[in-house]
Amino acid sequence: MLVWRVKSKGLTLLLFEQNKEVTMQRSRLLFWMAAAALSCASALAQKTASQGIDEYRAMLQDGNPAELFEAKGEGLWTQKRGPKNATLEKCDLGKGPGVVKGVFVELPRFFADTGRVQDLESRLLTCMETLQGFNAAEIAKTGFGKGEQNNVTALATWIASESKDMRFNLSQSHPQEKTFYEVGKRLFFQRGGPHDFACASCHGEDGKRIRLQDLPNLTKNPGDGVGFAAWPAYRVSNGQMWGMQQRLNDCYRQQRFPYPGFGSDATIALGVYLGVNSKGSASIAPAIKR
Amino acid sequence: MADPMRIRAQASGDKATVRVLMSHEMESGQRRDAAGKLVPAWHITEVTAALNGKQVLAAEWGPAVSKNPFLQFAIKGAKAGDKVAVSWKDNKGDSRTDEVTVS
Amino acid sequence: MNKKTTWTLAALAALVVAGCATGPSVSELNDLARQVAKASFRDEGIVKADKVLNADETNRLCSEADVAGKPLDEAMAKRIEETNLKAIQWPADGQFLGDWKQGEAIAQSGRGLTFTDTANTVNGGNCYNCHQIDQKEISFGTIGPSLYHYGKIRGVTDPASEAAKPIVEYTWGKIWNSKAYNACSNMPRAGHSGILNATQIRHLVALLLDPNSPVNK
Repeated sequence: MLVWRVKSKGLTLLLFEQNKEVTMQRSRLLFWMAAAALSCASALAQKTASQGIDEYRAMLQDGNPAELFEAKGEGLWTQKRGPKNATLEKCDLGKGPGVVKGVFVELPRFFADTGRVQDLESRLLTCMETLQGFNAAEIAKTGFGKGEQNNVTALATWIASESKDMRFNLSQSHPQEKTFYEVGKRLFFQRGGPHDFACASCHGEDGKRIRLQDLPNLTKNPGDGVGFAAWPAYRVSNGQMWGMQQRLNDCYRQQRFPYPGFGSDATIALGVYLGVNSKGSASIAPAIKR
Repeated sequence: MADPMRIRAQASGDKATVRVLMSHEMESGQRRDAAGKLVPAWHITEVTAALNGKQVLAAEWGPAVSKNPFLQFAIKGAKAGDKVAVSWKDNKGDSRTDEVTVS
Repeated sequence: MNKKTTWTLAALAALVVAGCATGPSVSELNDLARQVAKASFRDEGIVKADKVLNADETNRLCSEADVAGKPLDEAMAKRIEETNLKAIQWPADGQFLGDWKQGEAIAQSGRGLTFTDTANTVNGGNCYNCHQIDQKEISFGTIGPSLYHYGKIRGVTDPASEAAKPIVEYTWGKIWNSKAYNACSNMPRAGHSGILNATQIRHLVALLLDPNSPVNK
């Protein structure tokens, strides 16, 4: 008895051939059927590159190192620090002094005490200066991953976690909030630099990717946990915790743009544009990224 | 003193699943910095875990373990209310112990 | 608060007061956006803020069209394309093709011109970020169309032939200055903006048109 073994991608088909003469045609037919079945099976079994990466990312969700930064940020909120030796417990992030739950999904917003629209990280600088006596301008000039910037990142991570799964609902009721949306929109589409890149060059269309990295369309709501809803995030590739400020900074770096000041109006305006566009989508921050 | 670990221990049936997130740079000692100089090795070398004071796990770690390591293991016979303590020591002599109650 | 922020706040406050009833006009918002950008960005490394923020007419008009959500009107688009076409520098020695192997390396590299690069960094073409090129490379982007079989599809069997001349020239031109053929293309103007030099572009043209290149196999 002749046995044909056809093997592909872990699937093995054994075809039994009884009588060589009579079954010659039948065995050929069987062979092609098997080949067809196997190629269908292997097509089903084969993942797209995108799916494989999604699975890898799902595996990483367990034990997201962002939790380490959350814990650090939570501790910093109630710790007496700075020249004034005070905690941040009186800090108003938009829903009243000391209120942390739900503030992340309403930022950036207008603040009457500073008379400007502020995002989470610039508002933290305001509180660190007015309540604790730190020098906000100095912290803004400090590079990411150094000195007090690490504390700002940890605080931002914890505050974001206190709005996890809540839906974005930025205010557009104050005239400055409306104006900043329009400014953010213009910045989003502003082409420049040797590559003529704007944010829109990568994030202006549906279903595109850069190399193998899917790109959300940020001119509209990209869905739950995507884009604006996914930062702060822990980046596995470099083991760093990034807030939105650092995400925007690195985007601009790759666009061959100059350096956007930490907490500058341009970054805040972009936050308003992205945040308002995300209205209704759920925040998953702090997330985990490749 | 090093940054705290995040430990969660959950009882289910006859065992408890313990998940630990450790905060550590875990420099392998093989990386070079921007100037081309070798970044010295700085990583956890020993990990132990104890259930109500009695050691249940001991591990020797090397440069292959990545930054901010995540460790998961199960302890047979652990139940809600038991105390699980996890400790690590690194090659620079630093150490950290954190404890959690099994939920 | 530094001088720049105070100044921008004043401008913003003035705008809000002025536009209280109807909101700021489009041109007022354009001005404000310019002021915000100027106050927010600083020189860093090899990147000069002034140069980037004062974009040329091509970028300015295309950005405005994008903000308005309407494509450029045909006449303006044509004018931009003609301006960019005139600016193309064709190879001085008439040699359009180089070495496709070096072309592949240039297409793979995304280095250069960021504020963490130095003036000595050899710039790459960034090509795989947006395009599929050699089929063997699975890590390719989809912002631009696939370039696999580029020469084959266009029937180029001998790039040196008279018949192939228009395609060869178009390919050089498109890489040198993409906007010469599509006013608001997403593609950078590699030669025009000094990202790549003539030699590098020759290698890229070969990658796409040399019959021996894996792109055409």
